[in-house]
Amino acid sequence: MIARLARYIDDRVRGGEYAKKGMSKVFPEHWSFLLGEIALYSFVILIATGIFLALFFKADWSDTTYQGSYAPLHGVEVSKSYDSTISLIFDVPAGALIRQIHHWAALVFLAAIVVHLLRIFFTGAFKRPRELNWIIGVTLLVLAIVEGFAGYSLPDDLLSGVGIRIGYSIAQSIPVVGSWLAFLVFGGEFPADEFVSRLYIGHVFVVPLIMMGLIGIHLFLVVRQKHTQFPGPGRTNDNVVGERLWPTYTAKSVGLFFLIAGVLAGMGGLFQINPIWLYGPYHPDTVTTFAQPDWYMGWVEGALRLMPSFRVEAFGYEIPNVFFSGVLVPGVTFGLMYLYPFIEQRLTGADRREHHLLDRPREHPWRTSLGVAILAYHAVLLAAGAQDILAEMTGASINLIIRTLQVLVFVLPIVAWVVTFLLCNQLQQADTYGARKAALRRREEDEVEVGSGLG
Amino acid sequence: MSEQRQKSERAAVRSILAGFVVAVIAAVVFMVEYALDASTQVLGVALLFAFGGIGYSLTAWAHRLMPRGGEVEDRKLMHDPEGEQQAAADYFRSRLAGVQRRGLLGGALAAALGALGLAVVFPFRSLGPRPGDALRRTDYAKVPRPKLVTSEGRPVHRDDLPPGGFLTVFPEGFEGSANAQTALIRLDPDRTEVQAPTREEWVVEGYIAYSKICTHAGCPVGEYQQEFQTLFCPCHQSSFEVLRGASPVLGPADRPLPQLPIGIDEAGFLVALGDFDEAVGPGWWTRPKDGA
Repeated sequence: MIARLARYIDDRVRGGEYAKKGMSKVFPEHWSFLLGEIALYSFVILIATGIFLALFFKADWSDTTYQGSYAPLHGVEVSKSYDSTISLIFDVPAGALIRQIHHWAALVFLAAIVVHLLRIFFTGAFKRPRELNWIIGVTLLVLAIVEGFAGYSLPDDLLSGVGIRIGYSIAQSIPVVGSWLAFLVFGGEFPADEFVSRLYIGHVFVVPLIMMGLIGIHLFLVVRQKHTQFPGPGRTNDNVVGERLWPTYTAKSVGLFFLIAGVLAGMGGLFQINPIWLYGPYHPDTVTTFAQPDWYMGWVEGALRLMPSFRVEAFGYEIPNVFFSGVLVPGVTFGLMYLYPFIEQRLTGADRREHHLLDRPREHPWRTSLGVAILAYHAVLLAAGAQDILAEMTGASINLIIRTLQVLVFVLPIVAWVVTFLLCNQLQQADTYGARKAALRRREEDEVEVGSGLG
Repeated sequence: MSEQRQKSERAAVRSILAGFVVAVIAAVVFMVEYALDASTQVLGVALLFAFGGIGYSLTAWAHRLMPRGGEVEDRKLMHDPEGEQQAAADYFRSRLAGVQRRGLLGGALAAALGALGLAVVFPFRSLGPRPGDALRRTDYAKVPRPKLVTSEGRPVHRDDLPPGGFLTVFPEGFEGSANAQTALIRLDPDRTEVQAPTREEWVVEGYIAYSKICTHAGCPVGEYQQEFQTLFCPCHQSSFEVLRGASPVLGPADRPLPQLPIGIDEAGFLVALGDFDEAVGPGWWTRPKDGA
């Protein structure tokens, strides 16, 4: 049946040669090479569940009175966006499940992207000829963050409404063009009703479409350039050692898709996420305490909270505080990320060779400790994003928590840098020591053999 | 084939089969549960086993009963030393040589595309109104001497708030207004020593009103902490001293909350005497510095 279908198609497109060549492709094996696949398959699940959600969601901020089956909200004035999301959760069969799978998939998607990026960074997989794919990858990360923010902003609940307000303030803070930019993007002074349809089209069409295109190029480049591999016996810069696409790798990869889908379905069923029915509808004059954005926004939130109180004023013009925390901090982070392959190439004496064998992190202590330091910096920012909860948990004053984190955000990266650097050197020494010992043992064995041969 | 290997192969087949069987059962359970309108948890767990069973079995099958690694494929470097690139470039150039009047017509094409490119930018202007002075004014500027009302539209009488009380109010007719939301506080009579930069003439019978929009990122300054006489923003932990003109004392906010001129009308209701003394909310490039 399948063979007949394949023959039917091949008789009309003559693709057998390509299919054979494609399916005999070799992929190197390492668990860390699955991280990108986890991101890819989470994206597939996001598309599938997202289409279902889009069929029920109304992008409309006009008022209505809630009359669905969730009693605590009965008679409450809410927007149609909020109303449609609540009825999706409580009145559409399997609606709550699919919505929660979608939200968990988004969190896992972002996590997989970030860990995948770390793997690329620490193993030097961004080096020539893969600089372009690094740039596409960083762009995908930025788009995924935008997409996630747009997604959890859609339901018009109290938590996300405040998030949009903050986003508006950040747009407004940009020098020269800020107020115009905010008015054009948000459709006027906050909260303009036009914005929800822009958010919706952005979230379900524009951004996912761009992401799909970039993911296509990302994968095409992986196929074209062939995957990197760790050094090892028989592995060189001129070959790929691993499994062929057909059938083993295909079975494994498709199996991974089903495993991820299973785990996400289980999470969506068992673990409550973003309970907007508890947050209530958004009103511009209300706010929740202990509010946190989704984790991938947490570091920007932390920067907003940690930035000391100041603004820049000159010649009657002003650069507000949120510009520094909300635009400059993430701008510098992503700017450096985009440039990193080129910076490293410059600093390491213009290494223009092609690299297809991966680095061991310990053998590049400068890069590795830089990466860990940047991680430490973001960890402090992430913690600062929850500084009110930290204060509540530890009983310390919020003032003390802020001051401590303001110091840590500079100190911890330096400490992390030094510790990692020393650790890398230690590990390298241990390696050479181990190698020497092994060589010595081999020589002793040889001598014994030689000795016995003489005797 | 050794007996050992036969045994392990049989075990593999059994466990892979088990995974697929679990998936089939779970899928059937899902359908039944869906028809019975089961809970999210039950549906999720059914899907977990339906997807997970297939995932487990495919992976196990690949690991235990399919050809394993060690296959080698040659890799060509991306930079080719043989000059494929040069040959392609030469080909393109040689074909271009047959195109007549390249300089003039190519330049004209570039000019036309450039003009068109500029033209298609124009419709983006339709996306929003001109900011104008929208950011400097609030809904208080739209009516003279509006009563201060609650979100339900109830006017606030001079006896409504006890000392130490806090209420969110709006200009009458603009209930729920995003830009005119106001924190109305009645100060404790024992602790009313207001200081600069508070405008003392706008404090009447202990009532004092500030914009409720945080000057940092625009969140509502939602909490009045009576013991410290501070307004606290739960978003980024900025704190404003009520007795000192709502000056920021903690957190990232860099500017006081603008104060609202208020009075009490003949019937004893609170009214606004005008708009806030400064632009409300977070700053921007051309924010006016000496009052709106």
